[in-house]
Amino acid sequence: MITHQFEVLVVGAGGAGLMAGLYASRTAKTAILTKLYPTRSHTGTAQGGIGAALGSQEEDHPEWHTYDTVKGSDYLGDQDAIEFMCNEAVPAVYELEHMGLPFDRTPDGKISQRPFGGHTNNVTGKPVRRACHAADRTGHMILQTLYQQCMKNNVTFYDEFQAVDLIMVNGITAGVVAIELATGEMHVFHAKAVIFATGGHGRIWEITSNAYAFTGDGPAILMRRGLPLEDMEFFQFHPTGIYKLGILITEGVRGEGGVLINGKGERFMEKYAPHVKDLASRDVVSRAIYMEIRDGNGANGQNYVYLDVRPESVNRYAAQDGRKNLDGSPYTVTGEEILAKLPDIVDFCRVYLGVDPVTQLMPIQPTAHYAMGGIPTNKFGEVLSDEKNTLVAGLYAAGECACVSIHGANRLGTNSLLDLVVFGKHAGLKAAEFVKGASFQPLPDDSTAFARTQFEKIRHADGTENAFDIGTTMKKIMFDDMGIFRSGKGMQNALNVVRELKQRYQHVTVADTGRIFNMEMMNAWELGNLLDLAELTTVSAIARTESRGGHSREDFPERDDKQWLKHTLAWVAENGRIDLKYKPVVITRFEPKVRTY
Amino acid sequence: MEVTLKIFRYNPETDKKPSYKTYKLDAIEMDRVLDLLEKVKGYQDGTLSFRRSCAHGICGSDAMRINGMNRLACKTLVRDVGSRITVEPILGLPVIKDLIVDMEPFFEHYRSVKPWFINNAPEPEKERFQSPEARLRFDDTTKCILCACCTTSCPSFWGSENYIGPAAIVAAHRFIFDDRDQAAGERLKILNEVNGVHRCHTVFNCTMACPREIQITKAIGEVKAAIATGNLE
Repeated sequence: MITHQFEVLVVGAGGAGLMAGLYASRTAKTAILTKLYPTRSHTGTAQGGIGAALGSQEEDHPEWHTYDTVKGSDYLGDQDAIEFMCNEAVPAVYELEHMGLPFDRTPDGKISQRPFGGHTNNVTGKPVRRACHAADRTGHMILQTLYQQCMKNNVTFYDEFQAVDLIMVNGITAGVVAIELATGEMHVFHAKAVIFATGGHGRIWEITSNAYAFTGDGPAILMRRGLPLEDMEFFQFHPTGIYKLGILITEGVRGEGGVLINGKGERFMEKYAPHVKDLASRDVVSRAIYMEIRDGNGANGQNYVYLDVRPESVNRYAAQDGRKNLDGSPYTVTGEEILAKLPDIVDFCRVYLGVDPVTQLMPIQPTAHYAMGGIPTNKFGEVLSDEKNTLVAGLYAAGECACVSIHGANRLGTNSLLDLVVFGKHAGLKAAEFVKGASFQPLPDDSTAFARTQFEKIRHADGTENAFDIGTTMKKIMFDDMGIFRSGKGMQNALNVVRELKQRYQHVTVADTGRIFNMEMMNAWELGNLLDLAELTTVSAIARTESRGGHSREDFPERDDKQWLKHTLAWVAENGRIDLKYKPVVITRFEPKVRTY
Repeated sequence: MEVTLKIFRYNPETDKKPSYKTYKLDAIEMDRVLDLLEKVKGYQDGTLSFRRSCAHGICGSDAMRINGMNRLACKTLVRDVGSRITVEPILGLPVIKDLIVDMEPFFEHYRSVKPWFINNAPEPEKERFQSPEARLRFDDTTKCILCACCTTSCPSFWGSENYIGPAAIVAAHRFIFDDRDQAAGERLKILNEVNGVHRCHTVFNCTMACPREIQITKAIGEVKAAIATGNLE
């Protein structure tokens, strides 16, 4: 066992982790550890843009962004935190530009912005250009730029180190246990402050846009250490994933004028969101697609519809909608412009579907995309241990693994990249401030014991079950019964299956007994994380007898503010039972009202 | 259809030398080679080790030699390579285990060109302005995902591990031709050294290998021209 000592330790090197590391390292001895190489992180796959009311091309205000985010969250987001984020958004995007991020530009050289789902001019109700973009690889550019800045500033990295446990002493953070993939060796990172920035857990679902790496490691580690997870029943299904593969097709396609078309050739979003149509919030659009399919309007009788960004279609519908350019001329696009604005989307469709979106329709279906829920934090990234918002000394979380909550029951597009940058920075600053007045907790005698037990169990199981099978079954049942539409009966079925899979998981072992890059062992451990989070998600969902944002119940189709305008907190008790408690939503300026688009 | 996968295997803890193992499995034309590797690992041989993450050609984890060409396993379909598929680690970097190579020499070359934005002028309150044309000048090289397909397909790199390699030149190009950056001279000096751009003999392997379709040889040519003329136009 090797022991390291850092004042601040960041786990995860996506947007939030890099931003946290960059800021913490200015004043504190800091290291970032990641199970990948930093540039492999999932932030890199974000496409359409980062939201900020710069008003580069038309009137916009952080207050409008705040309201849109509150409304998008179906009023479950905490309004103080949302307002904070939307105000911080503007300087945050300029800071990224100052770091060299190559945003696309307007003719007069400013950062270019495009419309996105749920982002509106609050006076006219029309879509507003708020998503700052670098073609359709904005996340890639953010990840690269932040990693470059970390190199420039000599931030210390431990690449390909899998974090497996959090060390706490008397309720105070003391460090992290991690496995070095190249050697199989366990390392103890003794730290005064730990920031989790481990990303999401979309690999619970069959059709997902998420990377293999998105196995919820941070939340799973913390829940095993007795900390609660917040609002886990809220998971976003992005409307436009490539059929069967789930690969993301950015909302930016619709921002540029693309429309959704059912099997009968009809533009159906007019029925569901008469004002903003295809640019409604993601939960609304995903439900609409599902209902079209259920009503027999899927393409070729299958469970998909089409996304149409062929120039002639875009131009026809833009004319129908009266969409104008900023100078008042009618909005039109050419095939070349589509290719220039959405090069990666065109590439994905050609490679994976053999379809050219400039001349053909893209088959799409909703895809599991984003965890609104996660590790409860306040707006400074400080982790909260209960419904009274009690702080955990030295523990922080930021990015998708955290729940501030700014996304509430449904996240607006472009707000995830914003979340990373704003809350990554503040978690880093807060952790660095904390360590100034704190001392290292003495490490426990056997600080790797709990982690070792977990791996020994896998190594010595009887091997009568196959991990791949268990994973496949979990993904399918979660997609079928814990997907876009849910019911008490279906969710109970999912819970029963997941619990049975957890039993079967006890029998999973590995053929690889080596130490060097034992990916089979790592993947088996990750599957355990997914199963634990799937169970906790389902239990949280069954209890919530209403429909709100990403949690849509056929047996409780209405939002119920009287009973359910509150955050769920879920704990795993010693005996394995999951306990639920609730805490109020912070409402400052916007009283909940009926949500239409 | 039945697919035959012949995979390079090497476990430093048990094997004296590498060998190839063959696996047969059912597949469809639209399966990614990565899907096949996952299935082999899931059902036939859990010890098979490789890197992967995003599975759609953006994270750059799964560069491999597939039927002799450097490709991303997640961006190569059975349809593209047929039913007899040979998978090997990329060349020129030390093999650690199976398809996993030591990437550190690659990243060391990358870091040597100072691949970060340098502009020491005071920052404006808002953004630095840049024209769409100036932005377009370096657009192609911003796409790089550091997968190493290019560098490990380059005969000059195979010949000398000290050659900085195409990926590092692409990274430098992205900053050299960004009119907001002030360190083009510094980077050109690094690339003008003995292990810099002059080891490129325009074989075009890098351009062929790039899964992001970056015109790498062209970018290297532009850097060479900038060194020769001192002109960034």
